[in-house]
Amino acid sequence: MSGAAEGLAGLLDQLCPMHALLDATGHIAHAGPTLARLCPKEEMTGARFLELFELRRPARSATMDDLRALAGRGLHLMTRGAPRLPLKAVLTPLPEGGTLGPSGGALVNMSFGIAVTEAIRQLNLTARDFAATDLTVEMLYLIEAKTAAMEASRLLNLRLQGAKAAAEEQAFTDTLTGLKNRRALDPVLTQLMASETDFALVQLDLDYFKEVNDQFGHAAGDHVLQLAARAMRAETRKEDVLLRVGGDEFVLILSGVTDAARVRDIAERVIARLEAPIDYEGQPCQISASAGGALSCRYPHPQAAEARIMEDADIALYAAKSAGRGCFRNFEPSMRQDREARRSS
Amino acid sequence: MHGLINRAIERFIRDTYGRDVWALIVARAGLGFSEFEAMLSYEPALTCDVLAGAEQVLDRTRDTILEDIGTYLVSHPKLDPLRRLLRFGGVDFVEFLQSLDELPGRARLAVPDLDIPNLELSAHGGNIYQLRCDVPTAAGPGFGHVLVGVLRAMADDYGALVVLDHAGGGKDVEILQIQLLSEAYSSGKMFDLAAGQGT
Repeated sequence: MSGAAEGLAGLLDQLCPMHALLDATGHIAHAGPTLARLCPKEEMTGARFLELFELRRPARSATMDDLRALAGRGLHLMTRGAPRLPLKAVLTPLPEGGTLGPSGGALVNMSFGIAVTEAIRQLNLTARDFAATDLTVEMLYLIEAKTAAMEASRLLNLRLQGAKAAAEEQAFTDTLTGLKNRRALDPVLTQLMASETDFALVQLDLDYFKEVNDQFGHAAGDHVLQLAARAMRAETRKEDVLLRVGGDEFVLILSGVTDAARVRDIAERVIARLEAPIDYEGQPCQISASAGGALSCRYPHPQAAEARIMEDADIALYAAKSAGRGCFRNFEPSMRQDREARRSS
Repeated sequence: MHGLINRAIERFIRDTYGRDVWALIVARAGLGFSEFEAMLSYEPALTCDVLAGAEQVLDRTRDTILEDIGTYLVSHPKLDPLRRLLRFGGVDFVEFLQSLDELPGRARLAVPDLDIPNLELSAHGGNIYQLRCDVPTAAGPGFGHVLVGVLRAMADDYGALVVLDHAGGGKDVEILQIQLLSEAYSSGKMFDLAAGQGT
């Protein structure tokens, strides 16, 4: 290279360290220091440019004339050797006469484009490998800074979500018994309907609970309610939903149950447990329970029968109460007729 | 005050002295909650209350606590992402010092509502630098002390040997004196440009 050309190369090394000076035959006369990191310098200088770099877009080129025709356009290259890295480039033809670099050659300036992180990792580049005006390092800073800030925001969102879930859980829970409360009834039924899960709904009222309250006070009443909740939990499965919907009124939703005999069995076992004498501070309390059940599978369109199922279980509950309390009744259509007959009489 | 700053104080105390000590400070400051959220904003008075509580519980002066917070921010392994962000400032310690003017802008790029006081570096020859921090006195003095800790830890990180002093200040300003004894005193800590980009 002539003195002038060497001066130019030195200048370019500083301003665009990823450049290559090509001679008129398309061979690399000089490579900038960062570009030279791609392969050993002795292999790069003197090599044919298109043998080291594949021109992928805008057009495959074979000759120096092809290349020079692409002057000023954005080029997409790919290194042919390892590591395989995509590069962005722009090419400027050099004038004839050799006053500015190899006569009839070209200057190609390159960058890693969007693959810069991968390139930095593969080539172990540092900030010094980029021109002082290059924004690559700032871009890397920004990516890291934003990632850290996003992570902090993501954690905040998770915590807020957790707090919301805890608040909702609390709002749907009866704090005395730990069962779900009346507010939870609609969401629970809606979910069962949405998933088209069959269920049995049992309405259960404690019998003689008012007497316990009157005789021993509210603390005794609370104690009895807690034991009643425990009895219901003991006789049901984890997937069943137990709700305390009023003072001494409970709803048991037995999911997946379609057999009336099974509902009777579960309800009667709950009632038997509730009838066991309860000891409150040395005083025996005695309660019982009446219950009525309805099966969702008995309704042609359970999705539209939510209110009806509740009502029928309620009718069955009253049938159980009129039968002398302490017992369970499955709903039968005749019960509805009986009730209507009573009403009209 | 930005939650990140409050969170930094909290994490420093928890990681250095334990949760029990943090609970004592929270109680003394009368916070009513036990954890700051990094991405929320808080009343400036809360930060003062926490620092006052820390002074009493730890029986240390505010200046030394703040300086330790600065060191903690750069050197604790849990906060390596922050150290990395600072290292993007320059390839060596001098370049890093010269990039401090950009620090408020860099902080805003990451978290738009994070206000860092304006910083201005002046060179005084003989490897002596002065860093001027525009800290509104009303916000409570102290940022300069945090910065002393940060710079000391960053000098270690770059492997530079420096003498750092908080040289007081005046109304709305704090001055730091920095004397660079050796730029390559030790090998410092590794900094891979792409290490923080995941895989």
